[in-house]
Order: sequence, then C-alpha cells, then structure tokens
Amino acid sequence: MAKGKVTFKEDICKGCELCTTVCPVKIITMDRSKINAKGYNPATVTDMDKCIGCANCATICPDVVITVERFK
Amino acid sequence: MSKVLMKGNEAIGAAAIQAGCKYFFGYPITPQSELPEYMARELPKVGGVFLQAESEIAAINMVYGAAGAGARVMTSSSSPGISLKQEGISYLAGAELPCLIVNIMRGGPGLGSIQPSQTDYFQATRGGGNGDYRLVVYAPANIQEMVDLIIEGFDVADQYRNPVMILGDGMIGQMMEPVEFKPPKKRDLPEKDWATTGTGGKRKPNIINSLYIAPEDLEAHNIKLQAKYKKIKENEVKVESYNIEDADVVISAYGTTARIAKTAIAKLEKEGYKVGLIRPITLWPYPYDEFKKINPSCKGVLTVEMNTGQMVDDVKIAVEGKFPVHFYGRTGGMVPTPEAIIENVKKICGGEI
Amino acid sequence: MTIVFERTKGLTDVETHYCPGCTHGIIHRLVGEAMVELGVLEKAIGVAPVGCSVFAYNYFNCDMHEAAHGRAPAVATGIKRVHPDKFVFTYQGDGDLASIGTAEIVHAAHRGEKISTIFVNNAIYGMTGGQMAPTTLVGQKATTAPGGRSEEHSGRPIRMSEMLATIHGAKFVERVAVNTPANIRKAKKAIIECFKVQLEGKGFGIVEVLSTCPTNWGMTAPEAMKWLEDNMIPYYPLGNFRRPEEAE
Repeated sequence: MAKGKVTFKEDICKGCELCTTVCPVKIITMDRSKINAKGYNPATVTDMDKCIGCANCATICPDVVITVERFK
Repeated sequence: MSKVLMKGNEAIGAAAIQAGCKYFFGYPITPQSELPEYMARELPKVGGVFLQAESEIAAINMVYGAAGAGARVMTSSSSPGISLKQEGISYLAGAELPCLIVNIMRGGPGLGSIQPSQTDYFQATRGGGNGDYRLVVYAPANIQEMVDLIIEGFDVADQYRNPVMILGDGMIGQMMEPVEFKPPKKRDLPEKDWATTGTGGKRKPNIINSLYIAPEDLEAHNIKLQAKYKKIKENEVKVESYNIEDADVVISAYGTTARIAKTAIAKLEKEGYKVGLIRPITLWPYPYDEFKKINPSCKGVLTVEMNTGQMVDDVKIAVEGKFPVHFYGRTGGMVPTPEAIIENVKKICGGEI
Repeated sequence: MTIVFERTKGLTDVETHYCPGCTHGIIHRLVGEAMVELGVLEKAIGVAPVGCSVFAYNYFNCDMHEAAHGRAPAVATGIKRVHPDKFVFTYQGDGDLASIGTAEIVHAAHRGEKISTIFVNNAIYGMTGGQMAPTTLVGQKATTAPGGRSEEHSGRPIRMSEMLATIHGAKFVERVAVNTPANIRKAKKAIIECFKVQLEGKGFGIVEVLSTCPTNWGMTAPEAMKWLEDNMIPYYPLGNFRRPEEAE
C-alpha cells in the first residue's frame, strides 16, 4: 500500500529530469511516448503504489510541477 | 508670508520641504553641497529622511525606489554627478515615476571646473540617458522663481508621472535673495494607486518597471509616453518675453545669463536701441511659438549662453529661418558681460555680423 | 490524505521563462514559501535585478520593482526608507551583485539597511549567453574566457559572503546550495532566518545560493547539480558566516 501520492502538472514540465534523480524509490521516469504543450517529454510515475510521499521530487522541481499528498 | 533672505542652494531645500518632499538622496559635489547639508539638518525635523548615498548612481536609484514606493522625493548634484545619474533618470522616465532632480551646473567636459556654466543644456533637454524620453526642465533666473518652480515642479511631476529637472547654474546656487514661499496653482493630482506599498491582500501586485520585452509592447509604451509629452508641451510651457513685437534685435537667454542680458538691454534702450528678450523658463518643453511673435523686420536674434552654443540650436528651430541667428557665449566658468552683449547687439544693428 | 507539498501563494500562476533545470525556479519558490510562512507577503516589496531573473517581478506574488543592473540594493534602500514597516527584499544574480553592483551591495550592508538579499551565484552570466562572471571558477570555460578562467589574467573568483561578513551592518550572512533536497531544505531555513533579521529590525541580511546554469555550463540538469557539488562547494564553502548575536 502506498504511503503517498504525487500529481504532476505535465503541461508545465520542462523535462529537466531532476525529479528522477532524487526519488528514493525510483518510480519517476521521463515519458518518452509523450510530448507536452511546451515540447518536452514530461516526467511521470511508473508505480504509484511505491510512493512514500517524501516530497523530494517536488522539492527539487524548479517549475512547481508536482503536488505531494501523504496518507495518514 | 514675509520674505526671508536665503542662499540659492538652501532656498531649494526650503522650497522642496514646503512642497511636501520628505526624502532626499544625494552625494556631495561642488557647487551644490549646501543643499544636501540643508536637507540633512531640516528633513528630520519634518519626519523625513536625508540619506547620503555611496555614489550619484546609488542616489538616483534610491530616488527610483522611493518614487516607486509613492513618496515625494528629490536628489541634487552638479554636472559630472548628473552624468552619473543618467542611468537612473532614464529608468525613472521609462517607469513614469515623479521626482525632482536639481542640477547646479558647473563647467565641463569631464571634471571641468567648479565655476558656473550652462553646458548641460543638451544633456537636460536631449535626454542624457538612453531612450526616447523627456524631462520637464526649468531654468530659473532668480531665487524667488526657483522656489516657485520647485514647489510647482513637484506637482507637475505627480500630475504627469514624469521626472522634473531644475537646471540652475553655480551663480543661482550661491547668490542670496529675499524669497517668500507661496502655494502653487491648484492642480488635480491623480492618486498614486500604482505605487508599491505592499498589496495588503487587497489588490493585485503593483510593478514598477521600464522593461517591455515584446517589440509591440515597447512601441505602445513609447507611443503612450509621447502622448504624455504632447500634453506637457500644450500645457506647461513657460516663457518671459519683453518688447519682441517692436524689437530690432531680440536676445534669447535663460537662467542667470538672462539677467545679464536684461542689464545690457536697459543700457541699449538708453542709447535708443530697440532690443527685445525671450527668456525660456521651461527649456523643455521649449517655447518655440514665442519666437513667432517677433517683429517681422527684426534684424536678428542673439542667443547668449554660458557655453559654446547649445540652446542656439533650439532658437534656430524656433525662428524657422526667418531671422539670422547669432550666438555669443563664454564658457569654462567665464561669465558674459553686459558690455560684450551690447557690442554684439550693435554689430547686428549695424549689419556688421 | 494530506497535501504535504503544493504551489505556494507566494508565487503568481505565471510559468517562468527559465531554461529546463535552472535552479532559479527552486529559489523563487523558497522565497515565496518563506514570505507566506512568515506572513509578510501582503507587506512585501521586492526588487528584481538585471540578468536571468530580470522577470522575477512577474513571478513573486507581491509588489515589485525592476531595478537597473546592480542597483537593486539602492532601489530597495529607497523603498525601505519610505516604508520602514514593510518587508523589502532584493533578488540578484552574481553578475548583478558581485560585479556591476558591488558598491550598492557593500554600502547597503554597511548602512545596516534593513533589507534582505537573495544572491543567486551560478558562476556565469546566464542571460547574455555564458560570459565570465566575477564568480566563474578558475579553469571554468565561458564565452569570454574560451580557454577557461585564468587566475593570472582575471584573478580568482570573488567570495561575496566572506567579504560581506566583515561588514558590521551585515547581521546575517549564509551560503547555501540547492543541489539536493536536503540542501534545498537548509536553504529555506536560512532564507527564513535571514528574513526574520529584517523583520526584527536588526539590519542587513543576505543568503548566497549556489545555483546551476545547465544551458551555459553545457550540461544536463542532473550533471550540473553534480558539477556544483564537485566544483563550486569546495571553493564556496556552505555555512553561516554571520548571525546578529555574532555581529557585535
């Protein structure tokens, strides 16, 4: 069962990949099958069940793409 | 109110405080240092702030901050210091911020001298800083007029959201004359709802800015500025003229040079010469139309300045080729004498020049 | 479910113009969050610089001035003297603060001006396209130092925090970095502490934030973070250089 949930506003992602480098459970990847409105491959989560809600990804995201929730 | 005897530089400060100016940011330079010294003494007494900045550049940028924050604010300097302020003056004009800038001119170029001059006419009326902007420029000829123009100048700055410059020379800064402080004509001044005062959670953020990165936006901003300048030209021209409809020669001079010209005119009249005077009080907007009133059979216009010929360009624009335009000037801190002006007028009358 | 991270009200909804991976976005967010957490957003007046963060006035959700290059501390001085009860900050890059604006920052600190400065040091001129900054490291390539910065020719990079910490009026000086989530959290703490120094009327405060410029460094964003850690932090050590109690 996931401890957390992250939501990405894909349209404003600039594809910098920083979030992928800081996820302790390695569930963030760049979605190479998609190009967003800005012309980038946006970041996406592969296995939300593993999210621990640590907010590392949101902390390092320069574009405030990510909202993080935690289960009580 | 009774008249008080005051030195020019101190009268500037007293007039500014009278006009409600609470903030002064400056840097010492001869020959205007009595003004910051006066403000350092007097502004704290009215709850204001005098601050000696680390440079003229910093001082004008403090003015930019204070003006954007909604305050009545001024700075002063002398020629080389005004050169340093040009960056900030351009930003003030671009961001449409009201403020008063005093230039007590000294000789140039470069470090020049500390003696009186009028060599910053171009700098004051043609920009000085980058971009297509204008300052309202007043050239008082006596201390009473300077006091009146400062008090009115703050209102003009607020009314049009534009920097105003008082262009004096070392003589007017140092001389003493009796002055009285009178309220200016009543103007409808707009609310400063654009100022940065903190949103208070009640409005959208205010932004003080001169950057318009999109070309169409910057063009639109410039068109708006030009429309404002047009209004200033229509409403704010000030000029004193004397006997120009009947003159054989008209002298054009401003500031303290105009006082010397008046002495020359009085002497010439005693000898039977008919000499008129056009004394621009606003150097921008320039009183071009006044020159249209000159006697059509006038033999020439003599421009007298404490420089090598700057306002003479505006006189040429104003007369539209109808009369010969002559120039007489002294520079480097040398002051034109009435006798030299008289000699030039006589030469024009005699067809020698 | 509880939201533990969302966009701060300290920022407007405007998307930034910054390049992918540029850490200005992180630092903007920290400043916005700090203003909201301290409850000063509604009385805040910020000053944006010239450089990459020239448009910062569109991003902070408070009153803003755009200043001439390097002059932000002088502009902030004018604002603060008019509104001593308001919260006034400058946001400046290294070309702006450490080169053209050295006089303004030194004297704002020297006067103990009650303003706060966020100094973003990415060791390069970003906006103009990668020219050498006073903070560019020895050997680091820049378009105006094509062979890398030479100490013989241009001197060693300037350490602003260490210099400012020698000035009595500077009551808070700290250098932080935003290369990892842990450092970003420390950076936010420093920014909050710095802002409090102003709010408590103690004097001038500055937080130098080591930052990246992936575009002009010619790296990916993750590579730039690594480069910051390996090259900048050894020359620009992190830590606090001055707290109000140490300034006396």
